[in-house]
Amino acid sequence: MNDLGDIWVYLSSSPLLHLTTTLVAYLIGARLYRRFNLNPLLNPVLIAVVILVSVLLVTDTDYATYFEGAQFVHFLLGPATVALAIPLYNQIDRVRRSAVALLSALVLGSLSAAASAAAIAWGLGAGPEVVASIAPKSVTTPIAMGISEKLGGLPSLTAVLVILTGVLGATLGPLLLNLLRIRDWRARGLAIGVAGHGIGTARAMQVSEIAGAFAGLAMGLNALATAILLPLIWAWVF
Amino acid sequence: MLESLTLLLACQLVGEVLVAYFAIPVPGPVVGMVLLFIGLCIRRGVPAPLQQTASGLLSHLSLLFVPAGTGVLLHVALIREALIPIGVSLVVSTLVAVAVTALAMVGFERLSGRKGSGGP
Repeated sequence: MNDLGDIWVYLSSSPLLHLTTTLVAYLIGARLYRRFNLNPLLNPVLIAVVILVSVLLVTDTDYATYFEGAQFVHFLLGPATVALAIPLYNQIDRVRRSAVALLSALVLGSLSAAASAAAIAWGLGAGPEVVASIAPKSVTTPIAMGISEKLGGLPSLTAVLVILTGVLGATLGPLLLNLLRIRDWRARGLAIGVAGHGIGTARAMQVSEIAGAFAGLAMGLNALATAILLPLIWAWVF
Repeated sequence: MLESLTLLLACQLVGEVLVAYFAIPVPGPVVGMVLLFIGLCIRRGVPAPLQQTASGLLSHLSLLFVPAGTGVLLHVALIREALIPIGVSLVVSTLVAVAVTALAMVGFERLSGRKGSGGP
């Protein structure tokens, strides 16, 4: 029989271990989320990240080693983004009917997300690097990282802030929408997609196909609007 | 399943190439999404296998954000240092974005005089 330590050394250098831990952590999160009737506070991404961070800290594993396994999951973000064309196509009549309202709401939401995030961080004394990293945080990960770099932020910090924002949008968003008594699935989906990009879209899709399609559309258009507008506005303000 | 997955990857690949060639400020997958959407409009319908693959992939969309989220490990020190500005900014701006977008959408819909079709 081999020494357990040797087995650990072998496993920890292969992508299999961290790919499996990622899936197990997510399944635990998803199970809890379903057990409590999709309660937004038990967001599966949040639970999975908490589990994984604890495991990596306890086993003293660095993120680069972890990512060698997790990159296979990360990679699927690309084709999944492409696949968002399908719910969008299925809902195209609804989207076309409210195109004007949708686009106006989207631009307002998009600008208010970036402006309030940057202004609050700056007002509370964050440094310029953090302010630039936080401004594009409502945009989906790869685009937000690109924007952050242009503004002088730290792209890898932005990636984390984007995920935290998505989790916040998916957990607090539905509660706020209930408080505001907004029952229209189009408006709910759009709001969650603008504020919480793909994580918000994932949540919306689980609740309603209409909300999911509007959230996916909002995520795409928000990315487009922010990528074009934010660097221009930034150059003008600073 | 295999054809559908290949189609999704091909759209992404063409998207990446277009983005690199024309220096478009948008990521490749988003351009790929637009290409697939145009394709579906031309074809007037979603083939059943593609619908299945997409549903499978999208029903676990949140899983795909877990590796990037775990990257919080890299910035523990920086986040701890700026905990208050980062925390308050994230929470408040997310709530602002949700409220502004939803209220604007409902308001503009009402202005244009149409209602319904988005009800539960």
